[in-house]
Amino acid sequence: MTALLITAVSLLIFVVIFQISKASEYVAILKGEEHSRKQNNKINGFLMVVFLVLGLIGVWYCNEVLYDKTLLPQGSASVEGERVDSMLWLTLAVTGFVFIGTQIVLFWFAYKYQESENRKVVFFAHSNKLEAIWTVIPAIALTVLVVIGLRNWFLFTGEPPKEAMVVEITGKQFGWIYRYPGKDGAFGKKYYKNIDNASNSLGLIWDDQLAHDDLVMEQTMYLVKGRPVKLIIGSRDVIHDVGLPHFRMKMDAVPGIPTTMWFTPKYTTKEMKEKTGNPDFQFEISCDQMCGNGHYSMKGIIEVVDQAEFDAKMAGQSPYYYTAFPDKDPANAQKDTVKLVAKPVELASKVTAKL
Amino acid sequence: MSNEAVLHAPAGAGLHHEAHGDHHHEHHHETFISKYVFSMDHKMIAKQFLITGMVWAVLGGLMSVLFRLQLGYPEASFPWLEDILGKWAEGGKITPDAYYALVTTHGTVLVFFVLTAGLSGTFANFLIPLQIGARDMASPFMNMLSYWFFFAASIVMLSSMFVEFGPFSGGWTAYPPLSALASASPGSGTGMDLWLIAMALFVVSSLLGGLNYIATILNMRTKGMSMTRLPLTIWALFFTAVLGVLSFPVLFSGFILLIFDRNFGTSFYLSDIFINGVGALPNEGGSAILYQHLFWFLGHPEVYIILLPAMGMASEILSVNSRKPIFGYMAMVGSLFAIAILAFLVWAHHMFVTGLNPFLGSVFVLLTLLIAVPSAIKVFNWLTTLWRGNIRFTPGMMFSIGFVSLFISGGLTGIWLGNSALDIHLHDTYFVIAHFHIVMGVASMFGMFAGIYHWFPKMYGRYMNNTLSYLHFWITLAGAYMIFWPMHYQGLAGMPRRYYDYSVWESFKQFAELNRFISTVAMIVFAAQLLFLFNFFYSVFKGRKVTTQNPYGSNTLEWTAPINPGHGNWVGEIPEVHRWAYDYGKDGQEFISQTTPVGADESSH
Repeated sequence: MTALLITAVSLLIFVVIFQISKASEYVAILKGEEHSRKQNNKINGFLMVVFLVLGLIGVWYCNEVLYDKTLLPQGSASVEGERVDSMLWLTLAVTGFVFIGTQIVLFWFAYKYQESENRKVVFFAHSNKLEAIWTVIPAIALTVLVVIGLRNWFLFTGEPPKEAMVVEITGKQFGWIYRYPGKDGAFGKKYYKNIDNASNSLGLIWDDQLAHDDLVMEQTMYLVKGRPVKLIIGSRDVIHDVGLPHFRMKMDAVPGIPTTMWFTPKYTTKEMKEKTGNPDFQFEISCDQMCGNGHYSMKGIIEVVDQAEFDAKMAGQSPYYYTAFPDKDPANAQKDTVKLVAKPVELASKVTAKL
Repeated sequence: MSNEAVLHAPAGAGLHHEAHGDHHHEHHHETFISKYVFSMDHKMIAKQFLITGMVWAVLGGLMSVLFRLQLGYPEASFPWLEDILGKWAEGGKITPDAYYALVTTHGTVLVFFVLTAGLSGTFANFLIPLQIGARDMASPFMNMLSYWFFFAASIVMLSSMFVEFGPFSGGWTAYPPLSALASASPGSGTGMDLWLIAMALFVVSSLLGGLNYIATILNMRTKGMSMTRLPLTIWALFFTAVLGVLSFPVLFSGFILLIFDRNFGTSFYLSDIFINGVGALPNEGGSAILYQHLFWFLGHPEVYIILLPAMGMASEILSVNSRKPIFGYMAMVGSLFAIAILAFLVWAHHMFVTGLNPFLGSVFVLLTLLIAVPSAIKVFNWLTTLWRGNIRFTPGMMFSIGFVSLFISGGLTGIWLGNSALDIHLHDTYFVIAHFHIVMGVASMFGMFAGIYHWFPKMYGRYMNNTLSYLHFWITLAGAYMIFWPMHYQGLAGMPRRYYDYSVWESFKQFAELNRFISTVAMIVFAAQLLFLFNFFYSVFKGRKVTTQNPYGSNTLEWTAPINPGHGNWVGEIPEVHRWAYDYGKDGQEFISQTTPVGADESSH
């Protein structure tokens, strides 16, 4: 019923607009077309300036309303992302200046030089000097932006610091799988034909000893505040994208071609909750590459914690090997696993203490 | 043809003579089919492109209204949606499958069918022969085929909307593996087959048209029409055609490989894939990135294929209605040329986050930002053209001014996105949507509107209603900014494109109110376009008749042809050209037509 009503009302508005427009055409013919053309010209010339003023107010108002909803007020949550933000501000300054300047000139000229009987048009076909000016100045401004941009680009895409931890992240329709290398600090090999959703979601090759202590998780990825992290990114099916807006980072996950990205988290999730004043705050991983009809629901969570909390979290995880082969899990074989696991660690610490 | 008779007889007698001599035979055989359907007259083919483009624009626009409805009102249900969409909107709510199908088809249709075929198909066909002084295209038959291949492409694309699992739904860029595997997405089945067939037909259409445009411009200019006397519209359409001819085949090759991967078990794009419910696929060793290189090798020039005709028409219309020569004609041609060259060298800026080699990426940053230089030249030259002019706000002029405004706004954000380090953050967010809709979508649409309003009297011998035109302009300009300007802010919040629903995302759900606002404005702007359509079709039949040959006081050749030119355009001899197209306000004369010989005491510029 409402739909019908809306259609009827819109139709009515259409008819009214059309009738008025037609009537104005008749009036124009009666009054003399030249006369009414000039009148229209004045009205539209005036509206050009009105549009300019209202437009600039609109730009200001839009900024008032929306600025706080962007990521800019809270700043970057990664050390490297700060460079993105500073670059962004500089680019905004340059383009904003040009934007306001040229729009004012455009609409002001349109208003000022509207048809008038007294004006004699200036035959001004070219000027090498002017053209040289507006070739060279943009070229210089852009060179500056390119130089700054490329320095950041090579930093972002270059090698991470040596102390960086490494986490593997794999996209699938529609979720993320994370893998940590475990105690040996190295990932085991994998082959996609070994993938089995129930017991081997990444297709790890169990013949490879290095795979035995690898930790595989879904839902949440844990990272350490202040410690650089290198993500090794892959996909199981179609192209996905690891989008980390808070860290100002993003990289595609391409099946068959691993990619990488690194950054240094600056705040823990807890600190971000206070900083943003949002108790529900989370670092979300959004899939940024169209990956199917569930694309919009492909969410991952990153929880940034401090080192101690991270160590505790990792210690609580059982290697994925034991999910695949539950019978080999010491936790199932003996009840006192905790001691067994704890002992070597204690021994190791004693050794280092003696040294 | 007896030239002497024309030259020596009084003008009226010459017309009479020619009408009965040269074109006598053509008028006799014209039937409804040969005049309106399988026409070989470039003007009729232009109208066919235009009207088919309009049909697609309405469909494509309607699709955007439907998916904006979902974005603006994710919680609401609209029972009437189920009435028109059936299972795609069960319970009055658009399903994710339907949402992605709508988004994909909207993109494909607007980019290719409306802004490529509808824009350059219309105006290249209409303006090239009329403005260079030719009776028709180099090959009218190829020209006709070009339209009918486009028509066939349209039919196939349209039919893809009625297959069981719906049209293709993986985004207009159709990246494999998603587009290659029916098991990864229902739309990648029959829908994708039809999409590929439609696009292949479209490429054929585009090539037939493009080759014809190039051949015509190079070979069929009238006496005295040197390349440097061409109006800027023709230069722009020339570069557009060159871009299309050189890049569409590459897209086609990409599609061929995709067809092989889909149907014949090859692994050009596929490797290491495990699909839930299907298992591991046998394909190994392919590169999904290869497709992106092939796609964007067309995809980026495509942006300029869309934009250049709009630039050309805006240049012409701004000059005519400022009653002033276009400022820096040679710089305008030079910057078109620079843009055309650079268009081929920047494609990988769409791929900064694919894991591209960082060094390669840096080269593409440099080349991408280089495009800003010719673009800046164009903008400043347009502004200087207005300076100290005597501006008449015809609807075409207003849309040209709107075009410049939008081109500035959208072009400047290109500087953000072209800088790879910044692109990492903004890539695939709403910032990108705002950028390309303003600079390519709406700006080119404004160029198209400018062209339609400006040349409507030449096309149909009638005028459109001015009041409706002005209303259309102001609503569209204000609406376009209200829709796309706030999207920059969503992009700065990292809000990704192509999401069906943002309400579960802690990082993006703060924009619910804004999304509703944008959707509402989008609907109003769409309604304003219906106003335009009504104005257009009403005026075709009932508009005020054009009574003077040259209503704008314009210099170019199309205004020396009869008010309703027949096939062959000029009655009698084709006019000879003696000067460039922009002698407005020279030596105190308001305008000097290109056909006027240079006077003895005329100043040189």
